[in-house]
Amino acid sequence: MATFKDFRNNVKPNWCPGCGDFSVQAAMQRAAANVGLEPEQLAVVSGIGCSGRISGYINSYGFHGIHGRSLPIAQGVKMANRDLTVIASGGDGDGFAIGMGHTIHAIRRNIDITYIVMDNQIYGLTKGQTSPRSAAGFKTKSTPAGSIEQAISPMEMALTAGATFVAQSFSTDLKDLTALIEAGIKHKGFSLINVFSPCVTYNKVNTYDWFKENLTKLSDIEGYDPSNRENAMQTLMKHDGLVTGLIYQNTERPSYQELVSGYSEKPLSEADLTLDQEYFDKLTAEFV
Amino acid sequence: MINQLSWKVGGQQGEGIESTGEIFAIALNRLGYYLYGYRHFSSRIKGGHTNNKIRVSTTQVRSISDDLDILVAFDQETIDVNYKELHSKGVIMADAKFGPTKPEDTEASLYAVPFTEIATELGTSLMKNMVAIGATSAVLDLDIQVFEEVVQEIFGRKGQQVVEKNMEAIKAGYEYMKEQLGSNVGAMELEKADGQKRLFMIGNDAIAMGALAGGCRFMAAYPITPASEIMEYLIKKLPAVGGTVIQTEDEIAAVTMAIGANYGGVRTITASAGPGLSLKMEAIGLSGITETPLVIVDTQRGGPSTGLPTKQEQSDLMAMIYGTHGEIPKIVMAPSTVQEAFYDTAEAFNLAEEYQCPVIILSDLQLSLGKQTVEPLDFSKVEIRRGKLQTGELPELESKAYFKRYEVTEDGVSPRTIPGMKNGIHHVTGVEHEETGKPSESAANRIAQMDKRFRKISNIKFDTPVHKNAPHEEADLLIVGFNSTRGAIEEAMDRLEQDGVKVNHAQVRLIHPFPVDEILPLVKTAKKIAVIENNATGQLANILKMNVGHAEKVHKVLKYDGNPFLPHEIHSKCKELF
Ligand SMILES: Cc1ncc(C[n+]2csc(CCOP(=O)(O)OP(=O)(O)O)c2C)c(N)n1
Ligand code: SF4
Ligand SMILES: [Mg+2]
Repeated sequence: MATFKDFRNNVKPNWCPGCGDFSVQAAMQRAAANVGLEPEQLAVVSGIGCSGRISGYINSYGFHGIHGRSLPIAQGVKMANRDLTVIASGGDGDGFAIGMGHTIHAIRRNIDITYIVMDNQIYGLTKGQTSPRSAAGFKTKSTPAGSIEQAISPMEMALTAGATFVAQSFSTDLKDLTALIEAGIKHKGFSLINVFSPCVTYNKVNTYDWFKENLTKLSDIEGYDPSNRENAMQTLMKHDGLVTGLIYQNTERPSYQELVSGYSEKPLSEADLTLDQEYFDKLTAEFV
Repeated sequence: MINQLSWKVGGQQGEGIESTGEIFAIALNRLGYYLYGYRHFSSRIKGGHTNNKIRVSTTQVRSISDDLDILVAFDQETIDVNYKELHSKGVIMADAKFGPTKPEDTEASLYAVPFTEIATELGTSLMKNMVAIGATSAVLDLDIQVFEEVVQEIFGRKGQQVVEKNMEAIKAGYEYMKEQLGSNVGAMELEKADGQKRLFMIGNDAIAMGALAGGCRFMAAYPITPASEIMEYLIKKLPAVGGTVIQTEDEIAAVTMAIGANYGGVRTITASAGPGLSLKMEAIGLSGITETPLVIVDTQRGGPSTGLPTKQEQSDLMAMIYGTHGEIPKIVMAPSTVQEAFYDTAEAFNLAEEYQCPVIILSDLQLSLGKQTVEPLDFSKVEIRRGKLQTGELPELESKAYFKRYEVTEDGVSPRTIPGMKNGIHHVTGVEHEETGKPSESAANRIAQMDKRFRKISNIKFDTPVHKNAPHEEADLLIVGFNSTRGAIEEAMDRLEQDGVKVNHAQVRLIHPFPVDEILPLVKTAKKIAVIENNATGQLANILKMNVGHAEKVHKVLKYDGNPFLPHEIHSKCKELF
């Protein structure tokens, strides 16, 4: 059986020392091993950004696509092979700015994949512009006088879009994060995991210390019940979204795969590509 | 006796104009006539003038006819908009209900027929279309029993009584008109057809069926005119073979999902029109550099922007060849008949996998929505070839080594593995990469990978890249076209020949890479070249000049008013060249 070391490849990440994404990478590798995957059974699809490089740093099938489109690519991969474990990943700009449309629709479509967002409240790769996750007033290269737009609340947004698995974590909480990714992989449907993953180079506000001070662990809230959607929403609002842990999970709603009529039980990639003549004759007869 | 008839029915959108044409056409198709139907419609659901022009012939026709024999009008607008097409012996049959009047400058005859009244008397005004079919039969002296089968199929579900009522309506229309015509019954009697059973379908049906036959098992798409029929057909048929269609949130999602599924090993299609293709451009480049097979249909319509969304145009050519930033190998094909749309779509999946690049099937509104008689499709001609897709067990990789998915090979095509395959792990990225897919900015690697990618299509194998009808060793005129202009060009060519002009015809089926070797000899041996296309700038003419030179011979014959070419227009424009 594969261990997390089998999910390491020999490529050295080009992230800045201290970047939060290192821990996300480690957690992903551990989670993959913990759920019993072999490297070839995992496909990691990523977007463009510092975080988007992650698919190149994991020993598995990896697809580094275009900015904002990791989700539709990942959903296509999953539709092609329902036996694969598919993880989509990328930055907050990737998922909540250019790719926001896909995020909402992936949530409501509920295809059985896991989406990990490395949320650093900034555009790292393009060297420090505002992101839809930057707080109002946040000064960046593109908002020198401070952002005058409201930050997106991705967890609340996910709940309203009908998400069946919503979780948030902090990259230094390696154990919790690993467990959440495992739970996300096992969840039958779309799982969204937003990870606070500090950018040590361009975000001097939302630092490791800042998160330590401001985050509340749901496990510290007595009696928190992740199956209660209404309470999940209230908790998010109360804490301004700054909570970590499993926020909400609906285990009853079937995944997209289970609902598609006629969808092949075995991977579609193994489907017979030929039709028999008799079936073909039936098709053409409709046009006589 | 006539061997060809042109019939048009018109009225307000949503009045059942389509089904009238449909019933008339299907019945005649079953008698063995060749048909060509073209719908004029606008971008709204109810209201607005619509018409369906159907040409009936004892030989193959693939163009709208120049003139009109019979016009069935459900409102005055239909008469006003269309009467000029009628020749002097033409007949207008209009619903008496709206008090039709005949414009002064036509010799065609007008019959006010109480379509609605007769239908209402028989039960419901909805059947006015049936009365019109019956009236038409009188002019053609057609046995109305030929409609029985079709009426049965269409209304059978609603019960035998409905079927009978509709047949009664046809009969009543026939009898009313017969009396009106007197000795003119059968004034336009058609020669008997051969009785052969052929298909009658639109290009989009053929594209969708071609995809199914070609092994396509998944589609991701976003609705748009005139492409939606492709997804609508496939969502009906794919579940039976384990596949499905996802209607995505937009075209970017559609194309990237298609890329993901193709990467995952499933033959996947996406289809759209210009606006959608514009959105897909970045992803087409991703398919190019990651060498992920991809089949995309572009059903061209009037552009730019929303342009003329329900009208014919061929103005996406340059965008399809060159669209996407940077440079990638790409294949662009342009079927010119419905039949060919079937075979070409099936073949597109082979090319996409063999050359591991995007393949664009270019269609146009006239081809996608025009309904033609099609000779029976030969399924045995459809092959499944998957190129260098690896099967079976792969050799063990050294620890942590990646599979050389982008190995530099002689023909440029690298072995391909798909997720799930043991020992096939590699990285895929839109960043320039080395043989295992890892990002690389090395200059030598860049050149090696660029050259490798372009080598793939430098020797592309493609059956009949140009349809040549070249009876002359030395021609006065070479006519060049692509997609749906073929039918009108062929008819114009016959007339030019009768005028004594020696004409060769080349309909370009493989647009890119441009089939220089096939076309150059025809260009060299022609005194003049007329490039026929539905756009304002002469895109094919420019591509022709760029690839084969001889610019001084090339004349652009352009039409960009939203309507397809008529044979007489091509005929007269070409004559002007002499
Ligand atoms: C279509 C397109 N627009 C813009 C860019 C430039 N770009 C690359 S990454 C990026 C944003 C990165 O921010 P984020 O997604 O938060 O990732 P991070 O680098 O912070 O991990 C931008 C704007 C691009 N690659 N493609
Ligand atoms: S710039 Fe920021 S996000 Fe990018 S690698 Fe460096 S620390 Fe990480
Ligand atoms: Mg970011």
